Amino acid sequence: MQFFFEVLIGGLLSGVLYALVALGFVLIYKASGVFNFAQGAMVFFAALTFVGFLEILPGWTGWEEGGRAVFWLAFVLSLAAMVVLAIATEKFVLRPLVNQPPITLFMATIGLTFLVEGIAQGIWGANVRGLNLGIADVPIEYMMDNFNILISSFDVFAAAVAAVLVAALALFFQYTRIGRALRAVADDHQAALSIGIPLRHIWVIVWAVAGFVALVAGMIWGARNGVQFALTFTALKALPVLILGGFTSVPGAIVGGLIIGASEKLAEVYVGPFVGGGIESWFPYILALGFLLFRPEGLFGEKHIDRV
Amino acid sequence: MNLKKTVILGAAVAGLLGSSMAIAAEQFIGLPSYRVGPYAAGGSGIFGGWIDYMQMINERDGGINGVKLAWEECETEYNNARGVECYERLKEKGETGNSVFQPLSTGITYSVLDKVAKDKIPLVTMGYGRTDAADGRVFPYVFPLITTYWSQATTMIKYIAGKEGGTDKLKGKKIALLYHDSAYGKESHAVLEKMAERYGYELTKLAVAHPGNEQQSQWLQIRQLRPDWVILWGWGVMNPTALKSAAKTGFSREKMVGVWWSGAEEDTVPAGSAAKGFTAAGYNVAGENYPVIKDIEKFVYAKGHGNMEDKGRIGSVYYNRGVVHGLITVEAIRKAQEKFGKGKALTGEQVRWGFENLDMDDKRLGELGATGFLPPLKTSCLDHEGSGKVKYQQWDGNKWNVVTDWIDADKELVRGMIEESAAAYAKEKGITPRDCSKEM
Amino acid sequence: MLYREAGQFKASYEADQQIFPILQDRIGVLLLIGFFALAVPLFADQYWLKAILIPVLIFSLAAIGLNILTGYAGQLSLGSAAFMAVGAFGAYNFMLRIDGMPFLVAILLGGLCAALVGVMFGLPSLRIKGFYLAVATLAAQFFIVWALVKIEWFSNYSSSGVITAQEIEILGFAFDGPQSKYLLTLFVVVVMALLAKNMVRSTTGRSWMAVRDMDVAAEVIGIRLMRTKLTAFAVSSFYCGVAGALYAYTYIGTVEPEGFNLDLSFKILFMIIIGGVGSIMGSFLGAAFIVLLPIALDVFVPMLLGDLVSSSFVSNLQLIVFGGLIVFFLIVEPHGLARLWQIGKEKLRLWPFPH
Repeated sequence: MQFFFEVLIGGLLSGVLYALVALGFVLIYKASGVFNFAQGAMVFFAALTFVGFLEILPGWTGWEEGGRAVFWLAFVLSLAAMVVLAIATEKFVLRPLVNQPPITLFMATIGLTFLVEGIAQGIWGANVRGLNLGIADVPIEYMMDNFNILISSFDVFAAAVAAVLVAALALFFQYTRIGRALRAVADDHQAALSIGIPLRHIWVIVWAVAGFVALVAGMIWGARNGVQFALTFTALKALPVLILGGFTSVPGAIVGGLIIGASEKLAEVYVGPFVGGGIESWFPYILALGFLLFRPEGLFGEKHIDRV
Repeated sequence: MNLKKTVILGAAVAGLLGSSMAIAAEQFIGLPSYRVGPYAAGGSGIFGGWIDYMQMINERDGGINGVKLAWEECETEYNNARGVECYERLKEKGETGNSVFQPLSTGITYSVLDKVAKDKIPLVTMGYGRTDAADGRVFPYVFPLITTYWSQATTMIKYIAGKEGGTDKLKGKKIALLYHDSAYGKESHAVLEKMAERYGYELTKLAVAHPGNEQQSQWLQIRQLRPDWVILWGWGVMNPTALKSAAKTGFSREKMVGVWWSGAEEDTVPAGSAAKGFTAAGYNVAGENYPVIKDIEKFVYAKGHGNMEDKGRIGSVYYNRGVVHGLITVEAIRKAQEKFGKGKALTGEQVRWGFENLDMDDKRLGELGATGFLPPLKTSCLDHEGSGKVKYQQWDGNKWNVVTDWIDADKELVRGMIEESAAAYAKEKGITPRDCSKEM
Repeated sequence: MLYREAGQFKASYEADQQIFPILQDRIGVLLLIGFFALAVPLFADQYWLKAILIPVLIFSLAAIGLNILTGYAGQLSLGSAAFMAVGAFGAYNFMLRIDGMPFLVAILLGGLCAALVGVMFGLPSLRIKGFYLAVATLAAQFFIVWALVKIEWFSNYSSSGVITAQEIEILGFAFDGPQSKYLLTLFVVVVMALLAKNMVRSTTGRSWMAVRDMDVAAEVIGIRLMRTKLTAFAVSSFYCGVAGALYAYTYIGTVEPEGFNLDLSFKILFMIIIGGVGSIMGSFLGAAFIVLLPIALDVFVPMLLGDLVSSSFVSNLQLIVFGGLIVFFLIVEPHGLARLWQIGKEKLRLWPFPH
């Protein structure tokens, strides 16, 4: 039983990390109806930029390497880079493609993926880098001593960051002027435009926010596994979360992440050995598929009514 | 024939000779490199080291017996179809066509495996590719040089036995194999199972789905299982993730042994302090303190050539692996020139002979400035592997340190399996194996 | 002037129902096929045959398969490569396990296997739509590749999990050179492309398009959704499966399941988007474009920049240009190359007169 809980809790915590990546997808889909395949590349780009600045800033500024000042400056600069990316994307990709079918926009984001990957590696090189956020990835002793359950302190930290992020985003959507405008755009582009909401600004903002989420996800995943090209694969972990939770729901991403994370770990541990293991590559997709058969718009997605 | 004509003819002949004298012979080597995508870090290191070595030979020695080395890169993106295109594109380049094809990708190796024998271009795969190609009778044009996955698996058990204090101590020990869930990861199964029968250890196989950036469930299983050793058969991001997860679950990295594709700076640096104490195999070692590397720095980088953007990577595992590729390729061409004529550009078929008759003993390695850098190597018609030796290196948090001497593979076990598998392939494809006693 | 259908009267139903009702089209297609079947094998060198033409043909076939599903029936799929894998491994096992199996039958059976698997993974499409379905097809992509690696029977227990295609022999003639392999591929692809062209204007094809445009409306006018969607999945997977078998037999030779990965699926999707969604012709153009563009970049970018920049930068620049061109292309012509071709034809109809 102890083992079961250990796997369950570990899975839930991993799930939160998946949700962190899925959030970026949700934001953009909600506001602009674009399935942004480049989200994974953005995570990679953000993390690589952050680490890159961490490396060169001490040389530029003469500040202490690994110090707080360097950390925050690098963070701000990376965020600025993500905003620039958002503006460029809106100007050169989204604006010219207004009113195209969703699949065209989807393809454009795949093109964007190559572009972003090329730019990221072109600027910072292909080297694999480590990233230390100063939070040790070790078991929490209290849980080990009292329950013999292994829980990583880093995972708990990551989960807390994700929770704060989701709460902040929910508040932002609910109570700020921009948030209301975002929701209006998500509801109906035409109607939003006609009451005077500037669509372009909204898109830049939402891509920038998605960039911010990508930066946070990139830092956490980068600290976990290293900053390298494989960060783009985190998108593949986020996709089942996305369809399970629904493309348009922020809380859906979290709940979806928890379900996917926990069930994929339990399946790998309890079912995997009977079929040769390695089922984590497809299990989340099949699981999400199963859910979809009952709720075709995901758990929290908006119900779609067809009218002839 | 009147005088005038003779004079003109003579002049023409002289002109032809003169022009062929003026243009020195060039040996062309096509490089199917990958510098973008998930494996770019490895690709840029290996191909960088390889190019630097060839550059050094051109600068220092003026080529091989006066034959300059020429090369051209072709980006494969580690993709099979692109690899085939590169193979075909590079095939006819240069004076005598491509001398050797080394794709640094098992997938591309398989994709061109049938083509090389027809085109008479040696296919050299160091530390990857098709293991049973070590049987040169069935695969005359394929060279899985230095060592193969099967040989490596036997050295791992030897290494573990050494740590435990003898092979008899292996009985009852638990060894977990954490492998990349792909054809590559499965290569080790048969050998490790065979050795488990012989030595009585208990083998548990744990698959990690590609890309392996999430290993919570596997490591919780390992925590449950409490194995004595974990063999890490990883690739790419799977390696640092495994090290991190090991730290997270409190499994000692000292008890983890990795394959040579887990044992580079690219695998340990991202894991930070979690990688400390981890040991991995290597058919080349890390470090700059070898004459061959010093020569590269002196003749290439000091002159501002150099292929590496980040000079800090010179002496890293991948870079040095590239230098090994250069060393062996150049040595094979040199060997072939001894037979087919010094100072001439050779065809792929002639270079193949060079690869089949390599003899790089300690003395020769010393002359090349690479003593201890790579294992001694001797190939033959029968044996296209040539060595089977690896060293083990341990990560101390900053760099890789060699902790063993060259460890020999269990030749007898591996060779039997290779011959069996190669014979099956020959039968399936209707190939009549060469008779090696007739080969020179 | 040259491309005028005025004066071509259809006096019979047969004439009206031809695949290419316009004379110039018929001549054009015949000339094209003639060119690729006769002139190309005679004059093209090995490099072009082996490294460019054969893969372009094979990917065209896969693109036609995906185009049937996505372009005609409106079901977005990201699992085409997996269905190719089923076709390749299916054909291999039929050839291996049944003595005297004729090659063409084996690849068709491989295609049928893919069709069966396709129907299975197509079932959810009855409930799930749009991007939800697209992500769900990823389940097929990952599951099939996993199963091919795990179940060793598929690769005949080969220790490395790869299969090596047997020699091709039809009626005693061995197809072993690049020319003969190219012709064989061309034959299969042309026949299947013509069939597809014919199919999309039949009842089946028209009901696909009705479902694509609006499935509820299609249901209201009496089109059976389940049958229509599932036939689309079956036919599409069949095409992908045959393409996969050709990929193994006439192109690569030895294939591993991992070769049929998500990247390949995306590549095929690119082909139909660039070529033109809902166009058989576009599938060919798109496949040629996507195969040739990276190669052209790899040849010309280093040539232009030479030694000015490092090799890594050259490679990254290729990626950037590739991504940029895709975006640029989508902006300039969202309906793909096939649309450009159509515009060209409109122009030709009047040429050289301005009106």
